Amino acid sequence: MRLVRRALPRWAEVAVLPLVNVALAFVIVGVIVAVIGVDPLHALRLLVAGALGSSEAIGYTLYYTTNFIFTGLAVAVALHAGLFNIGGEGQAYIGGLGCGLAILALDHLLPAWATIPLAILAAALFGAAWAAVPAWLQAWRGSHIVITTIMFNFLAAALMVYLMVNVLIAPGSMTPQSRSFTSAGKLPQVHEVLAAMGIQVTPSALNLSILLAVACCAGVWVFLWHTPWGYALRTMGHNPDAAVYAGTDLRHMTMLAMCLSGGLAGFVGVNELMGVHQRIVLDFPAGYGFAGIAVALMGRSHPLGIVLAALLFGALQQGGAELAFDIPSITREMVVVIQGLVILFCGALANLPRPWLQSLFALLSSPRVRGEVPAQRAEGS
Amino acid sequence: MSPISTVRAIELSGIDKSFGNVHAVRGVELAIEKGAITGIVGENGAGKSTLMSILYGLYRPDAGEIRVDGRRVEMEGPHEAIARGIGMVHQHFMLVDTFTVLENVVLGAEGGPLLAGGLAAARVELARLGREFGLAVDPDARVADLSVGEQQRVEILKVLYRGARILILDEPSAVLTPQETDQLFRILGALKERGVTIILITHKLREILAVTDQVCVMRQGRIVAERRTAETTAEELAELMVGRKVRLDLAKAPPQRGPVLLSAEHLGLVDRRGTRRLDDINLALRGGEIVGVAGVSGNGQTELLQVLSGIRAPTGGRLVVCGREIDAARPADPGEMRDLGLAHVPEDRLRQGLVAAFRAAESSILGYQKDPPFCRHYLIDGPAVTAHCAQLMERFDVRPREPALRSSGFSGGNQQKLVLAREMAQQPSVLLVGQPTRGVDIGAIEFIHRELVKRRDAGCAILVVSVELEEILSLSDRIVVMFGGRIVGDLPAANADERTLGLMMAGEHA
Repeated sequence: MRLVRRALPRWAEVAVLPLVNVALAFVIVGVIVAVIGVDPLHALRLLVAGALGSSEAIGYTLYYTTNFIFTGLAVAVALHAGLFNIGGEGQAYIGGLGCGLAILALDHLLPAWATIPLAILAAALFGAAWAAVPAWLQAWRGSHIVITTIMFNFLAAALMVYLMVNVLIAPGSMTPQSRSFTSAGKLPQVHEVLAAMGIQVTPSALNLSILLAVACCAGVWVFLWHTPWGYALRTMGHNPDAAVYAGTDLRHMTMLAMCLSGGLAGFVGVNELMGVHQRIVLDFPAGYGFAGIAVALMGRSHPLGIVLAALLFGALQQGGAELAFDIPSITREMVVVIQGLVILFCGALANLPRPWLQSLFALLSSPRVRGEVPAQRAEGS
Repeated sequence: MSPISTVRAIELSGIDKSFGNVHAVRGVELAIEKGAITGIVGENGAGKSTLMSILYGLYRPDAGEIRVDGRRVEMEGPHEAIARGIGMVHQHFMLVDTFTVLENVVLGAEGGPLLAGGLAAARVELARLGREFGLAVDPDARVADLSVGEQQRVEILKVLYRGARILILDEPSAVLTPQETDQLFRILGALKERGVTIILITHKLREILAVTDQVCVMRQGRIVAERRTAETTAEELAELMVGRKVRLDLAKAPPQRGPVLLSAEHLGLVDRRGTRRLDDINLALRGGEIVGVAGVSGNGQTELLQVLSGIRAPTGGRLVVCGREIDAARPADPGEMRDLGLAHVPEDRLRQGLVAAFRAAESSILGYQKDPPFCRHYLIDGPAVTAHCAQLMERFDVRPREPALRSSGFSGGNQQKLVLAREMAQQPSVLLVGQPTRGVDIGAIEFIHRELVKRRDAGCAILVVSVELEEILSLSDRIVVMFGGRIVGDLPAANADERTLGLMMAGEHA
């Protein structure tokens, strides 16, 4: 129906288009920042310096990135199965509960090398269990997973408040948080590990969860593209009829996909509680579950893309916090606006600059690109 | 034949169109006579649809000019084509199921902000068109309640209502029974008598010979021949289309029947709404024979394939596949069926047979992803899968031979060959094939039929479901006819002809 407009070369599709999107978002941000009376370039310098300017800044950026990787992967795995998991927030919350409960139960009995893996496992199991209920409701009862996972976010929040105020609160404490974990329930910080190797860096919240995140990326990649189950899961996402034809039980596959998704989201609890807070606290998911949707969309649901998107989000989170700290007229809310614009341009409006780029490419290399992949199939019948 | 007029309704000259490096239409010169039926035949990918899309304004040609009634026209879009009196009936109907016939006809040509006036005028016009062209359809019937043949009439009415004097039909008989097709041809004849110019795109030679006045053959984007229909034969056209001699009849030895590999006893299927889809199906399939299932689509053939392949469990009766008993209490899923040695080429390859977004290599192991050599130590062996796909492509002449290309990037015929190749490569003892040659071109039909016969001769039990009676007749050793979810006829192919089968398909016992 449309006129010939050649498809972009793959490298431009993967690298140039997202960069143009981010640049566009920053142009709009610059306008808004200028309107409230701040020099946009000054703000940009502060933002970048705040995110990447020191070893401490990089440490915090990577710490935030870790959370975004977990929730981004969680959303991506479900998306590949054709399921929209909006419940990362609640699954992260309950995953944290599982992690914390395991540590509270074990940290006086077992050494760190035994407690830590068990706590990680508990985080995955609790997150998976929290996702399994909506998955079961969708698979066997036809309740839409978008609705149920949203509802389960509220349930998780309410449950956690109840548990923290009434059950898990440390004796004699006035704040709703559990007792502190002992050193057996503490994930080593990256700066400690580096110090042991003789490298001194400024302490930050970055802990070994980031290795878990990297392992999860590799694991998800292998699972989705190199195992028969990942194959069946993607088949279901693209074409449920073909999946049934291939002998896949869609109900079981829905359970599998959602449990994996919930387990991945649950790892946020590992980073936050075992890595940073050292106790069970309230509200630690802080929107990571929802941001994971944007991370997955921006990263095209591919682990590599998710790492890049999570880095951008981590940098914005850390740089934005510094920005709000240094320039009083840029409030915390302003930082949220900046993040929102980046999400808007990279997610919802991702295809906005495509025609311009295509025209540009056609202009620049008209004789050369003629041999590229055809824009669409020539013949329909 | 009708008197030959010399007036040209449409003249195309020097039409050229490329998509990237695919040169779809190359310097086409074509003159369509006014008031005649012109057939355009060619294999899939020959450029027929692209050429017609250019004429209808959906694509702009890279070069060349279009003349309608002698005047040069720049086709800016379909609205331009409609304004010039050109109408197109697509292969896939573009109707709103929940609307009435009348509402569908006025859709997009309502003639004002309030519907009432337009609808009343349309009702009068529709009655006139119905009388004039023998296109009677109840204007107040819901489209969803109409038969496929009637829905097609609504499509034609829609086009005529917009004042079309030149009608393009894209594979109009693909969804019709033989009787409905004959009816369509009578309508086309009536339209011609009233001076309507008709362009018929098809790959069925029988139809070209039955209804057209002249025929153009396309191959690889070019018009390679133009013939008066009266002066040509099916063999000549087939040869022109493919570019080499084609055998239209299928030579095969008498079947060497082996043991029963699949048997159904009183098999029944009741769907969730309580409708009986399959009723008391009794069927025995022996090794070394091809059983054809004839029937108007929607009479239980789809459900029969679903139950036999394990996609749906039967609700009544018993099924035995290679010694395994299957009934409502002990269903077998498609994975288990495959393990038993049953392979299934589904009717709708795009919806079931492959995953459009997957690379061809990935689609080439659909259903076998857990089996060696594709899967070792719980990991899919990428190079082995690619090599397997390349081998299938080589053996079944799938073009282009690119295992890394997306499945949706192949033409329909090549997708079908890929699915067939995948299922046959497993050397199944029972093979279920739904619509083996739907949307497949002549050269490939010949190949697919010969492959099926080869598997039969190797001892495989084959069940073929097809809406093409010709195909059923030439391929089968035994033919069963389905009507209303029941088997209403079971006869050796030698005793069957198109007329007796057609009557059984309509539910009248011959």
